[in-house]
This record gives sequence, structure tokens and C-alpha cells, in this order.
Amino acid sequence: MADPNKVDPIHQFQITKIVPFGDGGFAFTNSALFMVLAVGLILAFLILSTGRRAIVPTRAQLMSEMLYEFVANMVRSSAGTAGMKFFPFVFSLFMFVLVANLFGMIPFFFTVTSHIIITFALAALVFAVVIIYGFWKNGLKFLKLFVPSGIPMYILPLVVLIEFVSFLSRPISLSVRLFANILAGHITLKVFAGFIVTLGSLGFLGWLGALLPLTMTVAITALELLVAALQAYVFAVLTSMYINDAIHPSH
Amino acid sequence: MDPVAAKYIGAGIAAIGMAGAAMGVGNIFGSFLSGALRNPSAAQSQFSNLIFGFAVTEALGIFSFLIALLLLFAV
Repeated sequence: MADPNKVDPIHQFQITKIVPFGDGGFAFTNSALFMVLAVGLILAFLILSTGRRAIVPTRAQLMSEMLYEFVANMVRSSAGTAGMKFFPFVFSLFMFVLVANLFGMIPFFFTVTSHIIITFALAALVFAVVIIYGFWKNGLKFLKLFVPSGIPMYILPLVVLIEFVSFLSRPISLSVRLFANILAGHITLKVFAGFIVTLGSLGFLGWLGALLPLTMTVAITALELLVAALQAYVFAVLTSMYINDAIHPSH
Repeated sequence: MDPVAAKYIGAGIAAIGMAGAAMGVGNIFGSFLSGALRNPSAAQSQFSNLIFGFAVTEALGIFSFLIALLLLFAV
């Protein structure tokens, strides 16, 4: 931006190349760097905290056990015991989204999940798992997913059409929900932080007025921490619900 | 019409969509409270459903908010 006083809340989402590979446009970007960091942090935390496996757990071991129990209960309650086969999948997704979201709350850190391509790749993976496992396990009976029982014959084609469209829109809604929440939250944060700078340049009265957006920024930071955890939870719950559909396709 | 003016008007119109999400979120918490006060012992078990419903409803408001913000800053 030419004007330095103009607030540019989109700038934080820019992808920069760190290590370019050849001329083809491929590169190790800041997005990739923070994905690697997130995965590295998760791995290091889980390996270090569960390495000793004490009967009386340390705080770190307790934390990883709680995370495990939390996701395990979630999968069991929405997809049943048969769904526990997919527990590692859901757990990895949950941890990755959670850590990527929380990383985004640290200043100057890149938010991986604020890009639709990342969240859509995750959602497409879930969708592919559901379809492939559904057909592999149930065969053509998987199509019963679109035919709810107890529906009168004359309304059935309409219901099947609605079910089919809602099934197809799942990866879109799953990815857009996560991406939009994170993107909108970060833009709001930047806009309110920009108000502080703009008001502060007005002199003493401006500084007094800037207290208001400062309070707002602190409150929004707290809300965004909640949203970061909540969206990871929602992503994991919806994933296990979709997996439940693949295991038990009849309504 | 001036394109910049159209952009700002569009952002304002997009922000109206948040009213629907506000009603939805209010409805969720209101219904939860009225149910929880009738049967407080069952309230704790429904807390995760509450948070889940809140997140799913709030996301729809976020969508329109996102459109408004993108119109303001990204277009």
C-alpha cells in the first residue's frame, strides 16, 4: 500500500516464498513452514509427554491423555465403537487444526487455516475417506444414505435429491466454515488494532479514545482463542458424524 | 454508480446477514437456558451440543461478515 497510515488487514495472509524450487513456481512458503512447525510441535509434545508412561502422570502426560480421551469420547459417541477404527484419523485432523489455529493467535505467526485451499484439502480428504470406506464396507447399500426410510413414495425423488445435494455440499461447508471463521476473526482483530493507531495519531484525546478499541482488541483476542479451539472441535465432530454415515448408511 | 460507493454499499448490505445469525445464536442460548433451568441436572450433559450448535450457527453470520470485510479490504 502506498499510504503508510492506511490499515491493510489482508497483508497478514500473504504467502511468501522462502526456498524456491526451480522456475515452476513451486516453493517452500511460509505456509508450509508453519504447517511443518505445527506437525513438529504436535509430534514432539505427544512423544515427549507419553514417553515415560508413568502410572502417576506428569502434567504433560495428563494433557495428552486428556486430549486422547476427549477425541476418543467424541468419536465413540458420534460414530460408535465401529468408528474407533478412524480414531487416529480424527485425532490427527483435530490436533492439526487446533495447533494451526492456536499458532495463528501468536503475533507475526502465519495462520495456515486462513487459506481455503488448506481447509478444503482437509475436507476433501474427509470426503474421500467417507466415500471410499462407505462403498468398500457397504457396497451399493451405501446409496441408502440418500434414501431415508419411511418416506412416502410420491415425495421420495425430491427427498433423494435434497439428500444428495446436501451430501455434496458437505466438503464445501466443512472447509468454508473453518476458513471463514479464522479469516474473519483475524481481519477483525487487525481492523480494531488499526483503530488504535489511527486514533493515537490524533494526540492526547486520541490516546484516550484509543482505550476503547484497545479493550475491544483484548476481548476479541479472547474470543478468537475460544473460536480457534471451537472450530477444531466442530471440524472433528463433523468428521466423525460423516464417518458415522459411511459406517451406518441407513437412517 | 461510482464503483467505490457501490463497494461500500455492498459491504453494508452484506453485513445485514449477521442479524440472522444473531437471532439464531440468541435463540440457541435462550432455549438452552430455559431448558437448563427446568432440568438443571441434565444441563451439563448438553453443554457440548450447545457449543456445537453455537459454532454452526455463528459460522453463517461469519460468512456474511467475511463477505463484507472482503468487499471493504480485498476487492
